[in-house]
Amino acid sequence: MAKILNVRNLRKTYTSGSKNLTVLDDISFSIEEGETFAIVGPSGSGKTTLLGLCAGLDEIDAGGIDLCGEDLSTLNEDQRALLRNKKVGFIFQDFQLLPTLTALENISVPLELQGAPHATKDAMELLTKVGLGNRHNHYPSQLSGGEQQRVALARAFSNKPSILFADEPTGNLDEETGEKVIKLLFDLNTEMGTTLVIVTHDLELAKLNQHVLRLKGGKIVINETSAIS
Amino acid sequence: MAWRDGKASGKRLLLFMASIILGIAAVVSIQSFSDNLKDNIGLQSKALMGADFLIDSNQPANERVIQLMDSLGGADAREVNFASMAAFTKNGATKLVQVRGMEGGFPFYGELETEPANAAIEFQEKGGALVDATAMLQFNLKPGDSVKLGSITFPIIGSLITAPGSTGIGATAAPPIIVPFRFMEESGLLQRGSRLGYNYYFKNPNIDLKELNKKVDPLLDAENADLDTHTDTSQRLGRRYENVGRFLNLVAFIALLLGCVGIASSVHIYIKEKLKSVAILKCLGATRKQTFLIYLLQIAGMGLLGGFIGTVLGLILQQTFPLILQEFLPFQVEISTSYQSIFVGLLLGVCMSVLFALSPLINTWFVSPLQVLRVQEDTSKKSRPYQIWVMIAIVLFVFLFAYWLLGRWSFAVSFVAGILVTFSILAGVSILFMRLIKRYFPKSWSFAARQSLLNLYRPNNQTVVLILAIGIGTFLISTLYFTKDFLLAKTSFESSAESPNLILFDVQTEQRDAVANTITPNGLTVIDNIPIVTMRMERIKDRSVNDIRLDSTTRVNKWILNHEFRTTYRDSMIGSEKLLEGEWMPSMAPNAEVIPISLADNVANDALVTLGDTISFNVQGKLMTTVVGNIRQVDWARMQLNFSIVFPKGVLENAPQFHVLTTNAPDKKSSANLQRELVKKFPNVSIIDLRQVVTLIENILDKISWVITFMAFFSILTGIIVLIGSVRNSKYQRIRESVLLRTLGAQSKQILKINALEYLFLGILGSGVGVLLSLVSSFLLAYFIFDTPFIPSWVPLLIVMPGITLLVLFIGWFNSKGILKSPPLEVLRKEGS
Repeated sequence: MAKILNVRNLRKTYTSGSKNLTVLDDISFSIEEGETFAIVGPSGSGKTTLLGLCAGLDEIDAGGIDLCGEDLSTLNEDQRALLRNKKVGFIFQDFQLLPTLTALENISVPLELQGAPHATKDAMELLTKVGLGNRHNHYPSQLSGGEQQRVALARAFSNKPSILFADEPTGNLDEETGEKVIKLLFDLNTEMGTTLVIVTHDLELAKLNQHVLRLKGGKIVINETSAIS
Repeated sequence: MAWRDGKASGKRLLLFMASIILGIAAVVSIQSFSDNLKDNIGLQSKALMGADFLIDSNQPANERVIQLMDSLGGADAREVNFASMAAFTKNGATKLVQVRGMEGGFPFYGELETEPANAAIEFQEKGGALVDATAMLQFNLKPGDSVKLGSITFPIIGSLITAPGSTGIGATAAPPIIVPFRFMEESGLLQRGSRLGYNYYFKNPNIDLKELNKKVDPLLDAENADLDTHTDTSQRLGRRYENVGRFLNLVAFIALLLGCVGIASSVHIYIKEKLKSVAILKCLGATRKQTFLIYLLQIAGMGLLGGFIGTVLGLILQQTFPLILQEFLPFQVEISTSYQSIFVGLLLGVCMSVLFALSPLINTWFVSPLQVLRVQEDTSKKSRPYQIWVMIAIVLFVFLFAYWLLGRWSFAVSFVAGILVTFSILAGVSILFMRLIKRYFPKSWSFAARQSLLNLYRPNNQTVVLILAIGIGTFLISTLYFTKDFLLAKTSFESSAESPNLILFDVQTEQRDAVANTITPNGLTVIDNIPIVTMRMERIKDRSVNDIRLDSTTRVNKWILNHEFRTTYRDSMIGSEKLLEGEWMPSMAPNAEVIPISLADNVANDALVTLGDTISFNVQGKLMTTVVGNIRQVDWARMQLNFSIVFPKGVLENAPQFHVLTTNAPDKKSSANLQRELVKKFPNVSIIDLRQVVTLIENILDKISWVITFMAFFSILTGIIVLIGSVRNSKYQRIRESVLLRTLGAQSKQILKINALEYLFLGILGSGVGVLLSLVSSFLLAYFIFDTPFIPSWVPLLIVMPGITLLVLFIGWFNSKGILKSPPLEVLRKEGS
């Protein structure tokens, strides 16, 4: 299988006051198309930073990242945005829905940005798929946490991404709701054949993935293939 | 604690403060300048008059007046003044001027400022003229050239820069020319019909002016003369400027109120974000009072600082006022610091910011410590009674401040009511617009356009406040334009050949035919030939005018008793007149015993007469008893000759009279040629060119509107600061939205477009609501106050509205440009943490 994400000797440093803080150092791994991949580690280990850098949300200090066959360091911000719009999906811990848009409108945003002709129709199909077809006119503030995350899930799949990044997708949900959201995530992922990268604290959730990468202090401590693969 | 908490939110608190700085600066600058002006007028009152007191009349002093003046030690200087045509021999130009024939050492205080300086003395010795400096420039004149007044040609000795008794705006209409008094009789200009003013100046610094007024003024009134002291002049002038100052101060106060609405809105968001901290503090044992005081002290501190900065800015700003108002000021104003205005600035800063912040601050009082545990509780019911008290306190404060400015309860009530109505309508229309947009949302628009429109509804939005702020500024400026336009339209005249545009005054009966014969060979026709007979009222309803003067309880208006009426006789009414009561009498029946006259309604009201009442007139020495036959309404603003008293035909034909002739000159050139010829042949005839009058009115309105626009811009600027505050308040939210969109694949230009369109909509909504309301208010003004048709001008729609919209767009965009620079990951990490 072809590699959809290839990370080579990655280093990222942030400046805090007069001090430089190395968040990630010498990170190398790769993910193959269709694979499910978990990044785990304690708080402050650099999981979210790694996820963001892999998606081209910030610039790296050293090393390289190839995403969907593109070397991110050769792309500018707008080119990276275009790549994300066409090939990447996102799910966040705190849902990140636009408060001024209804559930349906939130899902259609990536399609609208592409200028897709049937954005609303496609978005409605996805909303129905996540079980919220009857809530299409509701605003995020009118939805429960679990419902908001289901809308976020639908949005993440709306542009039919090649790779989907999920940052602690159940972090703000209770256990029961979290389990339902994870089931939905994996079902949709299977149905669409998307590569899935999940950042999580939850080791049980990590175990559901084919590959697990464990970080500590900004370095890889374990890079293993899970039992399910 | 207030300080420690405030330090962390310093930048945001500074923005609250900024909202009121300009309003306070505007109020303080005007307050301080008004105080300075009042002081200056008081200090320079003698220099403004040029003497301690004067006796004035529109006829030469009679024997009784001369006796009175002699008893006061005799006049030290005298002056005769009147409007006349001046012909400048160098270039043949003619101009209506105010001639001041002077004798004696006038002025005794202040100076005749001339160029060269010694011209002020030499013009008397050399028998020359001092010509208004602006007119000298306009007609390219230099000392040594000459000016012809009546039948005398005077050498120009110098240009007149300032003179006591000649004010800026008056000089624009008819520039003053000072010549020696001794030539006046010889000039042939002091004849029947000329509106002459005689001033007798006295220098007597030790005299008790109050006592003098009490003793001499009633005696002079009986002789149709008047006593005017330097303190009267300064008080009159002071009152006039005080009224202007009060009006401008109210405009400034509106800017401050707008800033306060901005404060209330910002503090509302600020406190909402602080409610969790308040709950934590309460959990840790802080009392309600302690937590309330933390934020109250922060706001009061910022208000004090805002008041201080606004006051300093206002004191600096007032230095520019002499330049802005120079056309309206009779003298150089020396600017000093007014301590009262400093106190007002600081008081306003603290009181206004605290009062307007109180409503959101009250919420801290009712925050339950349970909120730390995420238990949501609706506190609005508990705080509602207090919110009502806060509203009452705000209205009371605004009312008291307005009363302090205006000095009358009724005016203050009207101002507060006006403000409440305007703000409510603007807010109501803004909310209505917002609801309409939501209801009829343009779903077919592009994503960027829809998203930008939706941004107006984001949580904690300040859209209504912003529309209110932008709307008030636009409303003030547009109303000004609309009002100016319909006032100008009212003063303009028909351009058809039948409508006169040249009016010839003071044509003597024996000159009438010759003047007409000068007009007609130029291919022009004499449109009107109006006879004028001057007279005074002698008795009103069987009571002598002198009796009425002495009656302190009379409600008859004083001007009626002293006025020299210019009456006419004719057999029909003219276009500007409408019969209100009685019947029009075209001519006097041959055997009729009473003479029925027609009175304008304002004269009937001021003289307290009605149909059938008798009025006796003194027609240049002869008494004539008349009866009020009808009462007319007269549109005095119409550009034509209107009369307050009209006689029927067959009464005054043989009375001493002069004439007013009118004609229509099709263009400026033919008008100038005719004026030149008429001035040459008939130097006593004064000519008013209505074209120039319209230009003059236009200029004056332009100058007034510039001052008001200047003040209205404070509202716009305050609106801009509130806008910046709002953008900053929502900056984090905007960054979050923009980062999210970028994460989902939006490109920079898409985000920029969304942001720009949001401000564009805001600008269009704000300025649109402002223009819309100004259309309504201008229509009401035109219809009810000025009684004129309202045809809106395009200026507010084509210039003001797009101009303000672009300004909002630029300010919003400029303050949001940092949004694109924030790396998405950094924001998402913060979100997650």
